[in-house]
Amino acid sequence: MKQCEANCAACESLGTPEQEAKLHAVIAESKSTPGCLMHILQEAQAIYGYLPMQVQKTIAQELGIPLSEVYGVVTFYSQFSLTPKGKNRISVCLGTACYVKGADKILQEVEKQLGIKCGECTADGLFSIDSCRCVGACGLAPVMMIGEEVYGKLTPDMIGKILDEHREASK
Amino acid sequence: MTIQELDAIRQSKKELIDVRRLVKEQAEKLAVHTGYRHQVLVCGGTGCTSSHSMQVIAQLEASMKELGIDDVLLVKTGCFGLCALGPIMIVYPEGAFYAQMTPEHAKTVAEKHLVKGGSVVKDLLYKGTVLADGSVIPFAETPFYKKQMRIALRNCGVIAAEDIDEAIAAGDYMALEKVLSSMTPDEVIQEVLDSGLRGRGGAGFPTGRKWMFAKASQGDIKYVCCNADEGDPGAFMDRSVLEGDPHCVLEAMTIAGYAIGAHQGYIYVRAEYPVAVERLKIAIGQARAYGLLGKNILGLGFDFDIDLRLGAGAFVCGEETALMTSIEGHRGEPRPRPPFPAVKGLFGKPTILNNVETWANINPIIVRGAKWYSSIGTEKSKGTKVFALGGKITNVGLVEVPMGTTLREIVEEIGGGIPNGKKFKAAQTGGPSGGCIPADLIDTPIDFDNLIAIGSMMGSGGLIVLDEDTCMVDISKFYLEFTADESCGKCTPCRIGTKRLLDLLTKITEGKGTEDDLVKIQDLAEHMKASSLCALGQSAPNPVLSTINKFRSEYEDHIKNHHCAAGVCKALLSYSIDKEKCIGCGLCSRNCPVGAISRTDYTAPGHKLASFAIDPAKCIKCGVCLGNCKFKAVERK
Repeated sequence: MKQCEANCAACESLGTPEQEAKLHAVIAESKSTPGCLMHILQEAQAIYGYLPMQVQKTIAQELGIPLSEVYGVVTFYSQFSLTPKGKNRISVCLGTACYVKGADKILQEVEKQLGIKCGECTADGLFSIDSCRCVGACGLAPVMMIGEEVYGKLTPDMIGKILDEHREASK
Repeated sequence: MTIQELDAIRQSKKELIDVRRLVKEQAEKLAVHTGYRHQVLVCGGTGCTSSHSMQVIAQLEASMKELGIDDVLLVKTGCFGLCALGPIMIVYPEGAFYAQMTPEHAKTVAEKHLVKGGSVVKDLLYKGTVLADGSVIPFAETPFYKKQMRIALRNCGVIAAEDIDEAIAAGDYMALEKVLSSMTPDEVIQEVLDSGLRGRGGAGFPTGRKWMFAKASQGDIKYVCCNADEGDPGAFMDRSVLEGDPHCVLEAMTIAGYAIGAHQGYIYVRAEYPVAVERLKIAIGQARAYGLLGKNILGLGFDFDIDLRLGAGAFVCGEETALMTSIEGHRGEPRPRPPFPAVKGLFGKPTILNNVETWANINPIIVRGAKWYSSIGTEKSKGTKVFALGGKITNVGLVEVPMGTTLREIVEEIGGGIPNGKKFKAAQTGGPSGGCIPADLIDTPIDFDNLIAIGSMMGSGGLIVLDEDTCMVDISKFYLEFTADESCGKCTPCRIGTKRLLDLLTKITEGKGTEDDLVKIQDLAEHMKASSLCALGQSAPNPVLSTINKFRSEYEDHIKNHHCAAGVCKALLSYSIDKEKCIGCGLCSRNCPVGAISRTDYTAPGHKLASFAIDPAKCIKCGVCLGNCKFKAVERK
């Protein structure tokens, strides 16, 4: 499994002792609720930023379900990620309202400026790009999000400045 | 909490809420009794917070403190609807509608309007409320609001979204009180049946009949679910209800629980809506604390509780059986029906599932009666519908109109028409499951059945306006990319069908299509509609079928003439420079990303420098030169 080889350190451990403790606590707390797997995965992703294989294995073991079932759920939903994301998670909205207002050009510009494609993460770990379908801020179309921050009424020439600000802030 | 205590809360804040609902003169009289000279309502919905309304609130707080203003109430509400003009702020009792607020503007309003003896700052008002003679009209009188009828959105933008007392004062839980104290479950179901309410999630199934089936199902455990997985791109009606009036959904679900004999509810909400999730959490906590959820509600012996379940980004989970599978913690794949959820749904138990907007209609139906509700709308579609207006339209935002309102009224009057002097080409409704309504059908009264008759569908209420710059082949390709991406893969017709349809459309947009492809598309589409497992696959061909039907000439233009009239399909475009118009400034050449533009030997009469030309072999058709040329010398064909 390729992403496992790339992050083998993460693969073998459950991260820092704090992360590990949090994970066990989340599982213990939700274990008895019917249909708890999604909730546990969401919490686990909040702890680790993504879902390393070892984390999935631990969840499977503690819930007493096959790893294949956990992996099946993880790969079904677009919110779950098997690979680490950038410090600044960019999400360009490709919903209809944004699309008819030129969202594809915004995405192209972001890709061009960072030299990576949608779904990838920059080598320095600063940025990752994803697309999403509608954040519901259609009044501001086209929009993109960096982390929780929404940038609206975008034009391609605004992208460079926005990325620079985040680059500076991340230093 | 008892009914008497609930009523006491309602009375204590009633005047405060009434000030926001009355016309100016009455509101001014009433405001005196509330203890507040002014009430400032600032939108805290996603649209306005994205344009930084929280900074406006912070500035108002700071300025009011500085100026010693302590008799003005600051309220953070849900969506007012006119998202294009956010952040929005309304000051009562005048009903002054301030738009596109900044922290500086907030400071000005505090200094000039909110202070004792202050008056409305006209320069900062929404232009639509200031007439040519300088007089100011209330926002309810503007074209955007005048034609609307707010039933589902009755409390959005009126109450503080995180304050249960304001929700109660505005009428929430009044229906629950009536149901639990004076109605039998059968009477509740009959009322909903008589109202003619149909599911607002898209399919339009009569809500009362769903409840009736679930009540008739045998079983000691039943469930009530709320579908808040609003996945249609361009639709944000449900989000606004959850952000602006979350209690109306909790109340309606409890009523349904009483009607069918369920004691547990689940709200399945998109994780992409953090504000809505937060407000729901707050609302559930408050309702439990007040005894409006939990054991022995209002002391009347009925138990009901609600839990939240978060989605994780899968469009198919908006389908009812997929949603239930997802709540159970599995891959959100749909299940064959029958058995229908009313018989065997969540965890194998009888279940009803309604959409957020459907729930939002329950309180008014119970409080004001089925007769009143069914007097609104058309013969077969009762009540109102909320639409998320988006795309190429001036007043982007949320509107609620009676069923039967024409598309023209929505686009031209409420929506304010198309910006930049462009022409209306079509309206897309129903998202990836719907279709496009062309300009010659703009006078069709909108209801469930009319939209299906003209080849589209109501869907959840996204209404995207397209102008002449939109290519209809490209837009159907856009929707198929979406459905191909979101197909869960469980059934073959949808998994392979969406991919093959997308291939065929891509071929046409690249100028490689044949007339035979149109036949193939239609054939494949019919098979998908007939044999897909769930609504996603059954309706995925709708956008392409409806555009072939209504805009066939555009498809033929792509196929026969390799021409895209809207100038969208890149492979079919060619850029050239008119050598007579080119003044030789070289701006295009300097900005061309691939160095495809170079100087020629020709100098046009009257110009000093030689013209430029584009090498079609190098050109990647990015359009940068067209955007840069100030002399309109670059042409796109």
